[in-house]
Amino acid sequence: MPSPDSSLMRRAAGLPLLALSLLLGGCDMVVMNPTGDVAYQQRNLILFSVGVMLLIIVPVMVLTVLFAYRYRRGNPNKIYDPSFDHSTTLELVIWSCPLLIIIALSAVTWTSTHLLDPFRPLERLAPGVPVPPDAKPLNVQVVALDWKWLFIYPDLGIATVNELALPVNVPVRFSITSTDQFNTFYAPTLAGMIYAMPTMRSELNAVLNKPGESWGYSGNYTGRGYSDMRFKLRGVEGANFDRWVADVKAVGSGLELSTLVELIKPSEKVPVMHFATVQDGLFDRAVNRCIEPGKPCMIDIMRQDMQASGGHPHHSHPAPAMPPGREAEPLTGAKPKPALQKAPDEKGTSPNVTKPVAPEPPGQTKPGDARNRDQSAIEPHPVTGARRAGQA
Amino acid sequence: MTETTLKTIFGRLGWESFPIHEPILFGTFIVVALLGVAIVGAVTWFRLWGYLWKEWFTSVDHKKIGIMYIILGIIMLLRGFADALMMRAQQAIAFGANEGYLPAHHYDQIFTAHGTIMIFFVAIPLVVGLINFVMPLQIGARDVAFPFLNNLSFWLTAAGAVLTMTSLFIGEFARTGWLSYAPLAELSYSPDTGVDYYLWSLQIAGVGTTLSAINMVATIIKMRAPGMTMMKLPVFCWTALCSNVLAIAIFPALTAAFFLLMLDRYVGTNFFTNELGGAPMMYWNMVWIWGHPEVYVLVLPAFGIYSEITSTFTGKRLFGYTSMVYATVVITILSYLVWLHHFFTMGAGPAVNSFFGIATMVISIPTGAKIFNWLFTMYRGDIRFELPMQWVVAFMLTFVVGGMTGVLLAIPPADFVLHNSLFLVAHFHNVIIGGVVFGLFAGIVYWFPKAFGFKLDPFWGKVAFWGWVVGYWVAWTPIYVVGLMGTARRIRHFDDPSFQPYFVIAAIGALIILVGILGFVMSIVMGFVKREELRDTTGDPWDGRTLEWSTSSPPPAYNFAFLPVVHDLDAWYDMKARGYERPEGDFRPIHMPKNTGTGVILAGLSLALGFGMVWYMWWLAALSFIGLLAVAIGHTFNLKRDTFIPAAEVAATERARQPLIVGA
Repeated sequence: MPSPDSSLMRRAAGLPLLALSLLLGGCDMVVMNPTGDVAYQQRNLILFSVGVMLLIIVPVMVLTVLFAYRYRRGNPNKIYDPSFDHSTTLELVIWSCPLLIIIALSAVTWTSTHLLDPFRPLERLAPGVPVPPDAKPLNVQVVALDWKWLFIYPDLGIATVNELALPVNVPVRFSITSTDQFNTFYAPTLAGMIYAMPTMRSELNAVLNKPGESWGYSGNYTGRGYSDMRFKLRGVEGANFDRWVADVKAVGSGLELSTLVELIKPSEKVPVMHFATVQDGLFDRAVNRCIEPGKPCMIDIMRQDMQASGGHPHHSHPAPAMPPGREAEPLTGAKPKPALQKAPDEKGTSPNVTKPVAPEPPGQTKPGDARNRDQSAIEPHPVTGARRAGQA
Repeated sequence: MTETTLKTIFGRLGWESFPIHEPILFGTFIVVALLGVAIVGAVTWFRLWGYLWKEWFTSVDHKKIGIMYIILGIIMLLRGFADALMMRAQQAIAFGANEGYLPAHHYDQIFTAHGTIMIFFVAIPLVVGLINFVMPLQIGARDVAFPFLNNLSFWLTAAGAVLTMTSLFIGEFARTGWLSYAPLAELSYSPDTGVDYYLWSLQIAGVGTTLSAINMVATIIKMRAPGMTMMKLPVFCWTALCSNVLAIAIFPALTAAFFLLMLDRYVGTNFFTNELGGAPMMYWNMVWIWGHPEVYVLVLPAFGIYSEITSTFTGKRLFGYTSMVYATVVITILSYLVWLHHFFTMGAGPAVNSFFGIATMVISIPTGAKIFNWLFTMYRGDIRFELPMQWVVAFMLTFVVGGMTGVLLAIPPADFVLHNSLFLVAHFHNVIIGGVVFGLFAGIVYWFPKAFGFKLDPFWGKVAFWGWVVGYWVAWTPIYVVGLMGTARRIRHFDDPSFQPYFVIAAIGALIILVGILGFVMSIVMGFVKREELRDTTGDPWDGRTLEWSTSSPPPAYNFAFLPVVHDLDAWYDMKARGYERPEGDFRPIHMPKNTGTGVILAGLSLALGFGMVWYMWWLAALSFIGLLAVAIGHTFNLKRDTFIPAAEVAATERARQPLIVGA
């Protein structure tokens, strides 16, 4: 089975690469010119499969134009044969040509999907450079908040908002979740994207090969702050990375549960923040939806439910000793009363607010208030003690 | 009146729900209101209400219902395209310090409305309308299997469209993207009317589409002319059959997903919330189990249209009819097995992802075979490049590129970098515009003379053609490129100025498409103005090959005085070749269904039900629901459902249209 960067692929990739580079010489197509090895293999895969498909697409397009021109009514020299409506030989050819192409692509798909599975630990840092056996991947925990990215470095005890600095040529293992919405963690130059989902932990293994700055985004629409929910992706050489870590540790306060409670409230265009220390277990609390003080974690509830039903998942009864606080008011996006349970006075009005952003005071934080989703906050919530990068 | 009473009556509707403070919406409202007053005034002035009610609104004639579907689709196309222009304008200017002219609150409604309207209220009505008009004529039937149901289906679709349009001026539309993904569409995050409008519009329209699909399948299976075996069925009918079988199977999944989301929003269940074990991912699966086959619901009939046109204008029988039929059936079956490719990036694991990726690619084999079949139909043909055939060639050149990017996106690791980017958006516009829209225009141009008795104006038809084809490429090539530059979809504002030239070019492309749309409208207007010059006096203006061309243009209410007997594929070509002579006497009375206003009433009550539920006016919802049941049950006691057209009247009609057929 050819791996995505075999010589065959590179040769086949040459043709579209040439065409593309001629057409688009000017622009910076990060997907086509990545700095991470995983994205690089994905790029090669794209070029290879486009190359293989052009083997059939180009002849079809040429034949379409050729037949359309040659068999036009105005051409006196053509052969007109109205009885030509079946040919077993041709049928064999026209079914087997796409079939052969798809067989080739399927083989590549099967291998590359397994090799480039985001959950699979990396085996190489760059073409021909295997991961050293003693190398430990750097763990980064990613939490998608509305509308900013929180990066926790549990190995280093620091955290950042909207800035992801990575040492180059070091394998990184991302654990990804989200507090409210389905986001995608999308760093086109590093390794494509993977969904960040509430109550779930996804994983991405990647490596950055070149120092430099680029951007990462959320790829899935999540509400009004979505457009500006992006983070700076910085590749930093070894010693500089240590200096960056020391820098983060030197200034600023820590990320505690109480800080996270503030941070989790919706805000837009949040500038980079650094946290010198991080309380343990914040990521697990995010996954298990127990950031709210006093709320039991999902995993504990499930465990108790399972124990109460004798380990049988389908006979679950609520455990008698259920931890209290299960109905704790969520911090954001509290569930409003369903429509049919509302008394007339509780219906409120549903205004049309499709108007230019109003200069109202931003940041109402009353739990459950619908305006939490609609706020026009350009400024972030001031997080107690957090230093804004660039201001210190 | 006390506050409580007001709330009980009006629910959450208040003065603030009307966008009087919003210049864009207020301006639109004035224009729509003036147009509405002008149309109502004109209809009243010319005393057309009675005519419209008797001849059109209550009609169970499949031809008239088809035409009404197409008119609905074209009107909604104008709305959906206005949304597209607004998005392109916003993305072309919103760079750096410039926030553009649309706040997120408005922009997000626009892209949601654009997608929802274009799929549910443009593509579906146009496809269903063409099938409705053409299919019974092609199989030599006098109407569909359930004529009243057909009328009801249309009006339910129209009611859904009206409810969606209402959200423009009363309250707001959803800000969730066209599939209203949970958890964003849950009450916690979208508490206002938007998602409720979305859900009720699509539920009402969805019932219409499902009923219509059942109707079409029953018609094709049961009502073919004598001698028309399944393998003598015109390809368009085959594709219509497969498309509607798909629709019957998938729409319940969508209805169920929406119903569960409604329960979450109205009753407080937790099917798709983040809390108490809710599974938003389940919603994604359910909507895509509908969503991917839906693509084929739309594109298969378009493939059928291309087949009919290619065969007619090359003067040849379709190359590889049998393989075409099997390709259609294979696509139908495979399209159920690929939905997960819409979220490879959720991390289902490599084995699952590979399965769905490869299943997706396999669909390109029968699709490729179809392309080759059209190609070899052209080979050794005598091709007349009339407008419908030009659309076919444009389709073949455009669609293969969309097919290629589609197979690319089906490779999971490639999808990891391209998913949810503008590359993906460019891909599905490539296949939907290049495949479905081009096909619908080709079909409308092709069958227009059959419906109205005159051809569309050829000059403006060419303007429409070139506007759409050139505009498509100018608008979407740069979007492919910015997708490769790593731009996600649905972004309202950019920081990186290097994207801007691409979005400006895309906006210019959208304006060229606008020329195409105006050209299409003009081709209808000028066709009507010059209708005497463009008159079809033969019933067979294109030298057609299938049965719809054997009757006059427009056909009489009963389509065929005598049901045709079919001996061969391309039945009308076969009849012409054997020197068919039209019977001129011995007419019999014809049994036909009777018009009924029940469809309009039921759809009106559904609209009131939807509106009441959206605005929490429980009394209105309850009353209209009881009304729905009462009228539906009451209609079952209406036994005067059919009528006989007397033989004398048939003879008179046949004599009157005889000159139209022989070209005298």
